[in-house]
Amino acid sequence: MKNQELPSLNYVFLLKQTTLEQPFISIKMMIVQQILFVIISIVAFYLFAKKASEIRRNILLGRDEDLTDQSEKRWKNMVLLAFGQKKMFKKPIPAILHLFVYVGFVLINIEVLEILIDGVFGTHRALEAPLGSFYHFLIGFFEILAVLTLIAVISFLVRRNILKVKRLSMAELDGFPKRDANTILYIEVVLMSMLLIMNASEGAIMLQEGTGNGFLISTMLAPAIVGLSPESLHLIERICWWGHILGIYAFLNYLPYSKHFHILLAFPNAYYQRLTPQAEMRNMKDIQNEVLYMMQPELAPPPPADGSQPATSAFGAKDVKDLSWKNLMDAYACTECGRCTDACPANTTGKKLSPRKIMMATRDRLEEVGTNINQNKTFVEDGKTLLHDYISVEELRACTTCQACVEACPVSISPLDIIAQLRRNLVMEESNAPQEWNLMFSNIETNMAPWKFSPDERDAWIHS
Amino acid sequence: MLEVKSMAEFMASGESPDVLFWVGCAGSFDQRAQKITKAFVQILNKVGVSFAILGKEEMCTGDPARRAGNEFLFQMMAYNNIQVLNGYNVKKIITTCPHCFNVIKNEYPALGGNYEVIHHTVFLQQLINDGKLVLKDGGAFKGTKITYHDSCYLGRGNGVYEAPREVLQALDVELVEMKSCRSKGLCCGAGGAQMFKEEEAGTTRVNFKRTDEAIETGANIIASNCPFCTTMLVDGVKNREKEEAIKVMDIAEMVALSLKDQ
Ligand code: SF4
Ligand code: SF4
Repeated sequence: MKNQELPSLNYVFLLKQTTLEQPFISIKMMIVQQILFVIISIVAFYLFAKKASEIRRNILLGRDEDLTDQSEKRWKNMVLLAFGQKKMFKKPIPAILHLFVYVGFVLINIEVLEILIDGVFGTHRALEAPLGSFYHFLIGFFEILAVLTLIAVISFLVRRNILKVKRLSMAELDGFPKRDANTILYIEVVLMSMLLIMNASEGAIMLQEGTGNGFLISTMLAPAIVGLSPESLHLIERICWWGHILGIYAFLNYLPYSKHFHILLAFPNAYYQRLTPQAEMRNMKDIQNEVLYMMQPELAPPPPADGSQPATSAFGAKDVKDLSWKNLMDAYACTECGRCTDACPANTTGKKLSPRKIMMATRDRLEEVGTNINQNKTFVEDGKTLLHDYISVEELRACTTCQACVEACPVSISPLDIIAQLRRNLVMEESNAPQEWNLMFSNIETNMAPWKFSPDERDAWIHS
Repeated sequence: MLEVKSMAEFMASGESPDVLFWVGCAGSFDQRAQKITKAFVQILNKVGVSFAILGKEEMCTGDPARRAGNEFLFQMMAYNNIQVLNGYNVKKIITTCPHCFNVIKNEYPALGGNYEVIHHTVFLQQLINDGKLVLKDGGAFKGTKITYHDSCYLGRGNGVYEAPREVLQALDVELVEMKSCRSKGLCCGAGGAQMFKEEEAGTTRVNFKRTDEAIETGANIIASNCPFCTTMLVDGVKNREKEEAIKVMDIAEMVALSLKDQ
């Protein structure tokens, strides 16, 4: 029996010691922790803001496109598609798992608010007193979400790395994209575990002091550590508290480099999505006018008096800056989920085209252009372009413009719009078209039909 | 004997038709698609719809040129077509091709061409609903197992999924869906000017893949709404040597065969 009594004696002794010395230690420690916390927070938010503003600048390198009409419909899209995850539910299993992570992410971040307050003011669970018993309910709810998130994240890791779901393990994801996806999932595991262990250690302290039973879920973990000394428990609590917030700051600063940036961009992306029918291609006003002035020269504006030539931009898109800003935002919003590629008739019949790869290539090139601007103040020609260096002619040619990719995308991206603009550049700037298309063009020009039939025969079917 | 008058003929007699039937290049020149055109005209004649065609004045809408990337050529064709259509003061257009439908409906307005544009399957559904189009009881397709192929430009592109299915239902067929249907419908492989060139290297052709989905349903007929899809699917069925078991028909052809004789 002696063996069992010993720890309990120790425990009383330690408790006495800590209650005696703690005020002194903790005041000093607290101030150090507060200062550290404020400095780290400022650095974390500054770095994030810097990268975010670079991304904003990069997106605005794109051409103008007015997407502000029908604001009511746009808000509705944002609510349904981004908040409501409407398109995700076309695939129910990943949709539910994703919903756990999404709701978990949004709601648990409310707890970050408390962490910020505690960190800055040196308080402990600052919201507990004002919220009263609702506080315990809230923490319990967060803990349920944390567990659901853990389950979902682990299932995602299994889907990616063990089940190897096809769209999540295609060769185009080799290297950074695969690591990126896994990194974020691991960070989530760590964050959620820290949260639960932190609460468990406090639960254990409560049990020891007889002041409560801990929190809903973590209280189940508490018995495992209740035998530890209060000092160790405090230490665990501190480590987890710091680990949790440092993890969140790391996550925040990793986001802009990751496909997980969609957490933020899915919202504006849904708002600014095109509201025209999916099959409608964007008009090229320049060319429309050029044709109009050719057919009706009297409508053409008089040439400028100083004899200068009006500035003309390239037809279609050769590089990222020729695309619209929405195309560029699309690239940063892409989750690399591959739903588009999975639905693409070209890709699923073995062609090189993959709409997801179109988006990834656009982002990679845009990041490269951004780095170039960071280094040189303005963009210095680097002899590369999105077309050819990042996206090949063969890929572009294979598109049937079926819009399956647009339909499938849960975050309102149109890979097709980029493909169409690159094709325009190929044909109009480089005269780069397969022989059969050139034949089709000349048939349309001379016979008013894509085949070699005489226009006089157009109504011959009536009597055939 | 088909009764078809051109817009110019109507003008000459000082009349104007209720609708313009936009035949399209495939419908005008392609032998298989001509049958669809004629079937549709047969229905129009039967119902007594007052319609005209542009005849020799009709030109390619420019769709394949635009999708291939040749915007100049598209704008030229669009300009000329809109001049002709506006010259005749056309208000309402029906077309048997979803590509023509999409371009005239969605892309001509920005260029000054504003018309009410209706795809023929939707028009047929309206005629049936209004009781203007009467079908034979126990018609030609009663109980036949049929699968419907959503063309990209009518379905996903313009959100028309139900009207064609309702027409088929009116024919008393047994409608079975393919693995990918409606908004998830699989392309036939012809769109985006693919019709006019060889496919890129791959493991199979898009039309073979789609045809396989149709064959899997065990249907005897693939119902189509697009002359290009029809061509692609006919080719797919031929490749899979299933010509005996499964036929490809446009919905207009099926309706024409089910008209009540008087
Ligand atoms: S539109 Fe082009 S890229 Fe998109 S799914 Fe269809 S074929 Fe693939
Ligand atoms: S474009 Fe959309 S569907 Fe395709 S990978 Fe990106 S997020 Fe997924």
